[in-house]
Amino acid sequence: MGAGRPDPVISVRDLRMTYGTQEVLAGIDLDVHPGEVVCLLGPNGAGKTTTIEILEGFRLPSAGQVQVLGEDPARAGDAWRARVGVVLQSWRDHARWTPRMLLTSLGGYFLPYSTPERPRPYGVDELLETVGLIEHADRKIGTLSGGQRRRLDVAVGIIGRPELLFLDEPTAGFDPQARRDFHDLVHRLSDLEGTSILLTTHDLAEAEKLADRILILTNGRIVADGSAEELTRQVAGTAEVRWALGRERFVHPTDDVVPFVRRLLEQHGDALTDLEVRKASLEDTYLAMVQRFEAGARTAPALQEVVP
Amino acid sequence: MNATRHAIGLGLRRGWTEFLLSLRSPQDQGFYLFTAVGTLVFLWFNRDNEIQDTGLMYPTWALPSILGALLAFGVVIGPAFALAMEREDGTLLRHKALPHGMQGYVTGQLTYHSLGLVPSLLTILVPSFLLFDGLMHRGAGGWLTVAWVVVLGLLATLPLGMILGSIVPSTQKVGTWGMLPIMLLTAISGIFFPITALWGWVQAVAQVFPTYWIGLGLRSAFLPEEAVTLELGDSWRTGMTVLVLGAWAVFGALVTPRVLRRMARRQSGSQVEAAREASLQWVH
Repeated sequence: MGAGRPDPVISVRDLRMTYGTQEVLAGIDLDVHPGEVVCLLGPNGAGKTTTIEILEGFRLPSAGQVQVLGEDPARAGDAWRARVGVVLQSWRDHARWTPRMLLTSLGGYFLPYSTPERPRPYGVDELLETVGLIEHADRKIGTLSGGQRRRLDVAVGIIGRPELLFLDEPTAGFDPQARRDFHDLVHRLSDLEGTSILLTTHDLAEAEKLADRILILTNGRIVADGSAEELTRQVAGTAEVRWALGRERFVHPTDDVVPFVRRLLEQHGDALTDLEVRKASLEDTYLAMVQRFEAGARTAPALQEVVP
Repeated sequence: MNATRHAIGLGLRRGWTEFLLSLRSPQDQGFYLFTAVGTLVFLWFNRDNEIQDTGLMYPTWALPSILGALLAFGVVIGPAFALAMEREDGTLLRHKALPHGMQGYVTGQLTYHSLGLVPSLLTILVPSFLLFDGLMHRGAGGWLTVAWVVVLGLLATLPLGMILGSIVPSTQKVGTWGMLPIMLLTAISGIFFPITALWGWVQAVAQVFPTYWIGLGLRSAFLPEEAVTLELGDSWRTGMTVLVLGAWAVFGALVTPRVLRRMARRQSGSQVEAAREASLQWVH
């Protein structure tokens, strides 16, 4: 670590993936810095899972440079594996085992990689407590509910106290309470343990809540990179003003809400019967960006002006 | 701490745990019971049949052969099915995500399926000794032969199960890729009737594979010396048994790690997800 920013934990340049003639990833650049929580957001089929599987070392890219914790994941050895956590979507494995048995067994593999600064693995009870499974610790895994099973997946993914954690669609199938608990857990991991986290989701609210930075992936390209706020600002017309004059209703997207509304009031005065200002949400931004890139347009993304 | 040795220790423990869970599972108990009762009923109905004019009763002759065939069948189909299934349900991927996890996983599989032989053979052997007379003609030396034939047979066939489980495209295909050929092989390997009753070319095919030799080895452990006249060339061919089974064991030891590595390399979450979706369609 020289002066300035430490080396990124993930560094990807011009990553490409083709299956036959189909191009799934068309040259991706991305960096994740230590302690960052980065969310890969995009519609189904955008290449999120392919990207994350390449970074996990489970898939070989067609071309490009990939460095994860300083190594090429396709060639990295077991010591590298011990520093990386992967949360997998299980569905019926280890049905006869109990969460306690499974975590004890899988956690054991991290013991040779324990250091005084980073003792590995986590204590099983501590971990079960953290993910809220302590009261189900000795039940058969086959009898757990979908949400409980996913929490077990998370526990398995973090048992080795990873420096970098990958989560692919972690909250798919969660109820709202489980989702909130999970978000708390992610915050705790990143704040207390300094774990860098890369997750994929197609849930915008989740991305907004969890991520320091959001990357929007569509058609195998990263089309936007920034915090939720920055992304929203990138879309022209960050707010929508709706008003009514008698029975007539109007909508206008604008960057400068206050001057626009002032003019509106000066111009129409009492004739104005309704007024509403709506900030563009991340959802608007996201849809605008995805639509723009799916249409292949080169213009800047903009909210559509609709005058009913 | 040596991480590889540590992982192998964890794998042994994993195999033991799976074995205990299997013993407690009604499904597996049912399977052991079904195999044992089926075999015993078959032997019981043939208890008064004499094999040619040797003075040997059918259960005496067939029991060692059947134990041999069950061994070969069990340790090929067991791991093949387990591996195909655990590729689909994500068990394997979980281990791939761990440091030295695959070494632990494979050790666990080898341990579990080897241990599984104990109940599957004992549930037949013990009641057979209560139901039928004159099964063991060779005393302590015979049991010693049983032990080495079982171990060598295991080394020859268990890797084949691992290879099959690595290359079979899905769990549903284990039947056609594995069970069917092995049942055909069992039928021509002198398990249910002496191999000398078959045509020469069929005998030649059977002698390429381990099933025949495990059966022969176990017969040489149980049967009286006179029964050798039922064998090819009127000989127990002990040297040849060691050679053929040993050759299969060496083949397995050389090929299995490569096939497993290749299979593990291709494992990914999307594969598990695809299998899950396929299985949901299967159900609906």
